[in-house]
Amino acid sequence: MIITKKKSPEEILKTLDGFENIYLFGCNACAQQCRTGGSEELDEMEGLLKEQGFSVCGTALLEETCYRQLVLKTLRQDEATKKADAFLVLSCGAGVKTVSDCVPEEVPTLPALDTIFLASVERVGRFFEGCSLCGECVLARTAGVCPHTECPKGLLNGPCGGMHDGMCEVDPQNECAWARIYKKLKKQGRMDTMREHVPPKDNSVKTRPGRLLLR
Amino acid sequence: MADSRLKDALSRGDFVITAEICPPRGTDTTGFTEKARLLKDRIVAANVTDNQRAVMRLSSLASSLLLLKEGVEPVFQMTCRDRNRLAIQSDVMGAWVLGVKNILLLTGDHVSFGDHRDARAVYDLDSVQLVETVEGLNRGVNLKRRELRGGTDFYIGAVVSPEAEPFEPEWIKFEKKTRAGARFFQTQAIFDMERFKRFFHDAQKLDVKVLAGILLLKSAKMAHYLNLNVPGIRVPATIMEELEASSDELQTGIEIAARQVRELRGFCHGVHIMAIGKEEKVVDIIELS
Repeated sequence: MIITKKKSPEEILKTLDGFENIYLFGCNACAQQCRTGGSEELDEMEGLLKEQGFSVCGTALLEETCYRQLVLKTLRQDEATKKADAFLVLSCGAGVKTVSDCVPEEVPTLPALDTIFLASVERVGRFFEGCSLCGECVLARTAGVCPHTECPKGLLNGPCGGMHDGMCEVDPQNECAWARIYKKLKKQGRMDTMREHVPPKDNSVKTRPGRLLLR
Repeated sequence: MADSRLKDALSRGDFVITAEICPPRGTDTTGFTEKARLLKDRIVAANVTDNQRAVMRLSSLASSLLLLKEGVEPVFQMTCRDRNRLAIQSDVMGAWVLGVKNILLLTGDHVSFGDHRDARAVYDLDSVQLVETVEGLNRGVNLKRRELRGGTDFYIGAVVSPEAEPFEPEWIKFEKKTRAGARFFQTQAIFDMERFKRFFHDAQKLDVKVLAGILLLKSAKMAHYLNLNVPGIRVPATIMEELEASSDELQTGIEIAARQVRELRGFCHGVHIMAIGKEEKVVDIIELS
């Protein structure tokens, strides 16, 4: 699940300044669940833009806005997309990028959301970051707790001096990732793993931009 | 080149006193060098902090050089927060060619505590990996095991929090730092002497030198603040009461610190005095102890 949050109306209106006909894309996958880009949020955005004097020439709620074929299909089937002098996308950055790659290059694509993390879903409406997509998974030796992600410093060899009664100095609401790793490894009878010296992360395993070609 | 005086003194078995001097927030180094002169003949070496508490200050390398000019032996502090592995290695070698002999390696406070909260925190290496990296430079190889045209020979130090809770993961990391090449440790401020004695006793099995961290409590207010805001520091109620009952809190703080130093003289390798902003009082603490 990709977590997004809404940009402020002020920021969105500022980026739309100078445009008239706006076409809106929403996303019925992650952004819908985050309550940032589903049908309700599309309606809300349409209302806001109309109130500010913009013309909303059309809206589309795609099952997954990061799918190029779905975006292209909308562009083919909905004539209103041709009237747009800007596209405003209520999805994660991958969705914005996909729309931007599909629409004519002279028409700008603008984000309505900020994309913040990859989440585990505790239950509807409660999301926690557990993975940073680092390209070199270490969870086998850290009892399923990611030190890259859950430790704000991304430390690989144990807690820093900021651990306080097992909590994190950066956000005392959070348990120190290493206190948690330690507790779990201990329960699993794997304290040898805790004592292992972990070498510096190989950052070359992940260069940007990422690419995966199966065909 | 002469060896580290800090290493010599600890090897001889002297009770070693080091103190911390914070570089200025700007280029006016007058106050910094004045403090250095004041402490010169009182301490074996002075630690120069590296953007402590993530607050931007004059570089610890440049400040270490200022100390050398004043005839004070520096302990060059370097954190993992601000540099990637390339910058770390070149700065560490840079310090060596400029005459710095001691280095203290630490994780570094998170940027969210500092004055540039919007900065990117680096932590490309962690403190164990940092110790191992400098140990490699000491053996004449870089992180990629490539031979250097001349290596370093630092006396490598690291930090440990004897009052951390839970303590076992802290101890495991302490052992890792030792195995990675740390030869001396300066501890986070200690207040529970019995607990410290146990830690010191256990640490002796690892053949490292330990300097106990002594923090000057300037007021009861500061002690409260530390308890609430600084992880790993626990000012006990008895000390808090002592400060609160005092008519001259700073003087009482000096006496408390001196008392701790006196007690440590009996068994420890030395002390590291942190008198944040009141470095001139280090002299009083030493005289009273």
